[in-house]
Amino acid sequence: MSFLYQIAPNLEPLGAELVKCIGQTLQMLFVSGIISFILGLLLGVVLIVTKKDGIMRQVAVYNFFDKAIDVIRSIPFIILMILLIPVSRAIMGTGTGVPGAYIALIAGTVPFFARQIESVLSDVDYGLVEASAAMGFSPIEIIFSVYLKESIPGITRVTMITMVSLIGITAMAGAIGAGGLGDFAIRYGHQMGYRDMIWVTVIIILVIISIIQGIGNLIIRRTTH
Amino acid sequence: MIQLKHVSKTFQSGASSVHAVQDVSLDIKEGEIFGIIGFSGAGKSTLVRCINLLEKPTQGTVTVDGVELTGLDEKKLRQMRLKIGMIFQHFNLLRSRTVYQNIAFPLKKSNLSQEQKNQKILSLLELVGLSDKKDAYPSQLSGGQKQRVAIARALANDPKVLLCDEATSALDPQTTKSILALLKKVNEELGITIVIITHEMAVVKDICDRVAIMELGHVVEEGTTEDVFVHPQKPVTKDFISTAGNVDKIYELIAEKNPLTILQPGEKMVMLTYSANNAGEPLISYLSEAFDVKANIIYGNIDILKGKTIGKLVVTLSGEKANMEKAIAYIRERQVDMEVIQE
Repeated sequence: MSFLYQIAPNLEPLGAELVKCIGQTLQMLFVSGIISFILGLLLGVVLIVTKKDGIMRQVAVYNFFDKAIDVIRSIPFIILMILLIPVSRAIMGTGTGVPGAYIALIAGTVPFFARQIESVLSDVDYGLVEASAAMGFSPIEIIFSVYLKESIPGITRVTMITMVSLIGITAMAGAIGAGGLGDFAIRYGHQMGYRDMIWVTVIIILVIISIIQGIGNLIIRRTTH
Repeated sequence: MIQLKHVSKTFQSGASSVHAVQDVSLDIKEGEIFGIIGFSGAGKSTLVRCINLLEKPTQGTVTVDGVELTGLDEKKLRQMRLKIGMIFQHFNLLRSRTVYQNIAFPLKKSNLSQEQKNQKILSLLELVGLSDKKDAYPSQLSGGQKQRVAIARALANDPKVLLCDEATSALDPQTTKSILALLKKVNEELGITIVIITHEMAVVKDICDRVAIMELGHVVEEGTTEDVFVHPQKPVTKDFISTAGNVDKIYELIAEKNPLTILQPGEKMVMLTYSANNAGEPLISYLSEAFDVKANIIYGNIDILKGKTIGKLVVTLSGEKANMEKAIAYIRERQVDMEVIQE
């Protein structure tokens, strides 16, 4: 511990605050990560099955979500966040703090993730879909047994990419008072000028990303044949 | 077993429409191996997909095992599809599942107990000769082995019909032979009606009882394999038959003006096609004895068609004009197919 305090002297007084901020970042990451994963996966599946050659072709539905995703993705996150404050107040009851950031984080992640899921699922050979239909499987069964099951490595890969980008935007959310490591780095590293605290946050974020990628790579190795 | 009545399928793409299948009627009998042959774009893949309604016909009715599929709702149709196995050119195995799991996949739709399913899968593996590969993944298998897994998978729910969409087109000739032998075995041992879509005449020749030839969405010719082989009617059929043998070579020789093919005045070059029932007769020597017409053999080819012999001979006939006419009349009378190539 004393060695750590030697190279990062500000860690001693700010240690407790840092731990709290790590907690906030992890909380934002898990809650919005899990919700975004579910919504993004759902949306990606909707896109793939409703499009022109899809198994539940609904061109109007496809066009709606396709355009909506493009629109939301084209708004820079920092602006999207401010834009969504009233929505967050309506849904979450607050526009600040960790709970106030969820809506913006999810809105910033889902379209990005859904697009990537769409691209992963479109790599599933249509022949498999056709073969399963010929075996008497319903569209819903095909979605689960073929599209999703066969794409586990690809879904894992894009989930990792999305998690890394989600960490990036949680740091940005810190700027408008969501707390977390971004907020910590801005307050102490930037405004107070504690350079050592910037390095500490960078290292912690690198560790979080490495853990996520380690788990992801393990899943990919186990499921690729 | 399978009745197609006036089936048509039209694809709309924007303002233009493609008539992939046009007014096709076929009656495929129980227990037979039926071939549908055509060049790419002839509509045969669309036609086979109309049998299990992967493609919904725009017109006409499809009846399988006495049930009119075109009149069923989605749910009942899925039930019926369990009775119709299908295999594909690119095998379409699930990459994330082992051989065993691939065969188990369609059994999700079955009411068998876990133990019965296990028994079923093991016996199917035995049937296709892959018992030792049960825990392998598709990426570890050769093309022929993948198609064997696909066949086992297609048979899992005890279908009455097996549809084969270009099932051997991605395989080398040797592997094609072994897959065809397996299909034959499936047909004979399990009594499953098989429909084979192919562009290879060799496939039809080896195992099909009857064959339909498709061109531009229409079935232009249909009959027993032997009949179609010996007495082809349409140009497209003749094209296919020449791809199976090598008598086509004669046209190349003629084009090259090979000395063998240059005729003297009054000579005729003809192609004689004879089948098992008139093959053994000493036609050539008889022509010489009875009509004093000499038949000079230029090219010959013998095909074995489901165990029967089909011979093709290219000969030049020479002799007196009147004798030639008599000889030709005699050949026709013997029901030997004769085509004049050059005169």
